[in-house]
Amino acid sequence: MSPIENVSRRRFLTGGIIAAGALVLGVRSYPKLSSGAKLPHDTNADHATLHTSAYLGIDPDGTVWIVASRSEMGTTSRTTLPLVLADELDADWKRVKIEQALGDSRYGDQNTDGSHSIRSFYDAMREAGATARFMLIQAAAKEWGVEATECETDLHVVVHRSTNRRTGYGELVRAAAKLPVPKREELKLKPKSAWRYVGKGQVSYDLEALVTGKAIYGMDARLDGMVYASVEHPPVLGGKVKSYDDKEALKVAGVRQTVPIDPFQQAPGFQPLGGIAVIADNTWAAFQGRKKLNISWDNGPNETYNSDAYKGELRETSHNPCKVVRNVGDADAVFAKGAKVYEADYYVPLLAHAAMEPLVALAEFKDGKATLWAPTQNPQGVQDTVAKELGIAKEDVICHVTLLGGGFGRKSKPDYVAEAAVLSKRVGRPVKVVWTREDDIKFDYYNAVASMYMKAALGADGKPTAWLQRSVFPPIPSIFDVNAVYGDPAHLQQGWTDIPYDLPNLRIENGPSKAHVRIGWLRSVANIYHAFAIQCFTDELARATGRDPVDYLLELIGEPRTIDFKGVEYPNYGASMDAYPWQTGRLRHVTELVAEKSGWGKRKHGKGTGVGIAAHRSFLTYVATVVEVEVNDQGEVRIPRVDTVLDAGLVVNPEATRAQFEGAVVFGTSVARSGQITATKGAIDQSNFQDYTVARINEVPSQTNVHIVDSDAPPAGVGEPGVPPFIAAFCNAIYAATGKRVRDLPITNYGLS
Amino acid sequence: MIQLKVNGAEQSFSGEPEMPLLWYLRDVLGMTGSKFGCGIGLCGACTVHVNGQATRSCVTAMRNVTGKEVTTIEGLDKNGLHPVQKAWMHVNVPQCGYCQVGQIMQAVALLNSKKKPTDHEIDEAMSGNICRCGTYQRIRAAIKAASGEMT
Repeated sequence: MSPIENVSRRRFLTGGIIAAGALVLGVRSYPKLSSGAKLPHDTNADHATLHTSAYLGIDPDGTVWIVASRSEMGTTSRTTLPLVLADELDADWKRVKIEQALGDSRYGDQNTDGSHSIRSFYDAMREAGATARFMLIQAAAKEWGVEATECETDLHVVVHRSTNRRTGYGELVRAAAKLPVPKREELKLKPKSAWRYVGKGQVSYDLEALVTGKAIYGMDARLDGMVYASVEHPPVLGGKVKSYDDKEALKVAGVRQTVPIDPFQQAPGFQPLGGIAVIADNTWAAFQGRKKLNISWDNGPNETYNSDAYKGELRETSHNPCKVVRNVGDADAVFAKGAKVYEADYYVPLLAHAAMEPLVALAEFKDGKATLWAPTQNPQGVQDTVAKELGIAKEDVICHVTLLGGGFGRKSKPDYVAEAAVLSKRVGRPVKVVWTREDDIKFDYYNAVASMYMKAALGADGKPTAWLQRSVFPPIPSIFDVNAVYGDPAHLQQGWTDIPYDLPNLRIENGPSKAHVRIGWLRSVANIYHAFAIQCFTDELARATGRDPVDYLLELIGEPRTIDFKGVEYPNYGASMDAYPWQTGRLRHVTELVAEKSGWGKRKHGKGTGVGIAAHRSFLTYVATVVEVEVNDQGEVRIPRVDTVLDAGLVVNPEATRAQFEGAVVFGTSVARSGQITATKGAIDQSNFQDYTVARINEVPSQTNVHIVDSDAPPAGVGEPGVPPFIAAFCNAIYAATGKRVRDLPITNYGLS
Repeated sequence: MIQLKVNGAEQSFSGEPEMPLLWYLRDVLGMTGSKFGCGIGLCGACTVHVNGQATRSCVTAMRNVTGKEVTTIEGLDKNGLHPVQKAWMHVNVPQCGYCQVGQIMQAVALLNSKKKPTDHEIDEAMSGNICRCGTYQRIRAAIKAASGEMT
């Protein structure tokens, strides 16, 4: 779990000023820094006098260097993880300096995706802080000639109470650096009652930079002598340049040259898409030059792809027996008995990420090495991809991670960074590749289009006696293997194989579907379409039997129990089932609590207004959401209020968590109101915010109330889990308000806006 | 040769007069506070003030700012933080932050023309600025907080 291990290794830094013993924990071995020069991957933490972990260094002036190894795209993890370390170190937050790590395997996993930064690194941060605190206490005790057990820390100071002696951390680091590194068993972690920061809420370390325009995103990276590039990609996935004429493009003022980029081989993976790059003196000239290119394309086999026909194929597949991925009892036997049966088809189209910062990367290829500055969620993925594209070693790819102007999963795919690297090598100078918004929308790794067929037989009491659900969607593994057509366990688990209902007869199936565009992770991923189908179908059954949707939902969830996944491939988001069991009692609890907090059944709803509920667990977090809508005679939908309750175990940063859930309902609003990417003859129809609209201030919930359940369970995800239940609850509210049942997203399909 | 003032300083530009102001600011002057988001005036990330008016710099050609005064986030307040920036910090508005410079420039223009905007007026003025992280609730709260502070 923890990437920290005592490697029992000493390294002596000459550092230019003083020679000091530096203790190294879990640090990849570098050549000895005899020259005192910094290697590209070195951090200030590495060079600090007391260096107890790859994540931490403390200098004699008391400065605490903490390395943020995960990417910052708005979730505040760059602040929250260092906060955990600082708390355990008992450090003064004002004296903490956060450094952004380069891509480097010594930090463990850096792909900032899947809502697991806190979960996966919480222990590592605590141990790093506790280790240094232990050694600082030892150093002080030795100096004072007292027992370490008589000493304690108090905000950047070690204290011996009985003699009232106090020494600051900075004064102790030289002595501490000479001490042996404690074993993990020797560490005493702070009790919850002593936490200074964890659970209290903290704003971003970068807050002032963010409001003054000083924050540096990938779009803002600059190097002397750099040129700008804009790439005309094949309009259809897998297409190739047949021929091209760049005469007019080269006449545009500021355009220097054009460079063809090879198309990807076999499956797209994270390789560049290929096409023609226009290299220019500034971004604008590159864009203008590109418009003057005259390219003839060979579109390849995906030219046959049309979204309307594809939707029909998905639906057709879902109406026939598919691959069984989970089975309980015998649903077919019940259906055959002629009980009352309900059926429904649900559909969610392709979705684009549309982060506010379009894709961009700056690369410099020099002396056989590639140095990159990129807004990437996945710097080690950049290293792998660029190394492969350029035929150099991974160690020769240096990836600096800038701030990200949003990511939502798109920036974990480094195709755009590889493009910059390839171009820099070809052009022989630093190249900054800037994608237009149109490129961003048309050449995304889309959230899969999905069709879900739902069927239930109800008993006399209205409860399902049998339940069948089939999903069909082009799977994410298709980007690596064009023949992959079935959902993989990592995505079937997302709200599908783990339907939390206590059902006597249940069959879950998944059907095949070939991808014709790149499919990828998007905030909440498969949970979006799975939760939409299950939670809206549940509402349909409640309405059909005249039951209150909250009561009915609770009845289906059943009594508190731990779901048994025997015989089901259920990865549990990579977490152990022991630490993170699927507990239906927690889903019940958030459902009951959101009903209470939202005043469910107590508030009056006039004509055209209604409320809806949905509950869903994703990324190990339990969430229930109630949405209130108001629909006028023109079909215009307002969202006066949203209440959402989450149980994410220990919440390290409640302030950031509230912000994530507020943002999640806005993201969900975009999906439900207008989220739709379509293709005609293989090319994407949408291009910018006029036809791929996202929610604006006048379209979002007027009031979002976020309630965090106090829990001592281990920390779970907070970036993504707010999205799926919102979408379903919103559509259920529309039904309550209008009687219109939204089964095909977005709601514009029903004359609603 | 195009003459203009950027954040109070005289500038002259001899390049392509059709070049949008945004790329002049970012690529020529190296002032990267104003952001590129859509390139067609639909998202507001590039918002600056031209003679005090909130303007989408990505669709404003250099020839149209001849003799004008341009203010960007870098020149918003010479004395440090503008009350709107302080309110943005107080309410903790930003998530990724990429759109926030444009949001702030738009909000400043709104509050300069309307001391106490209603919810509806805030929606009207701010609906051209997209925030994909979804910080709108806090943007509204910050504008209200700032409206009490600005004189």
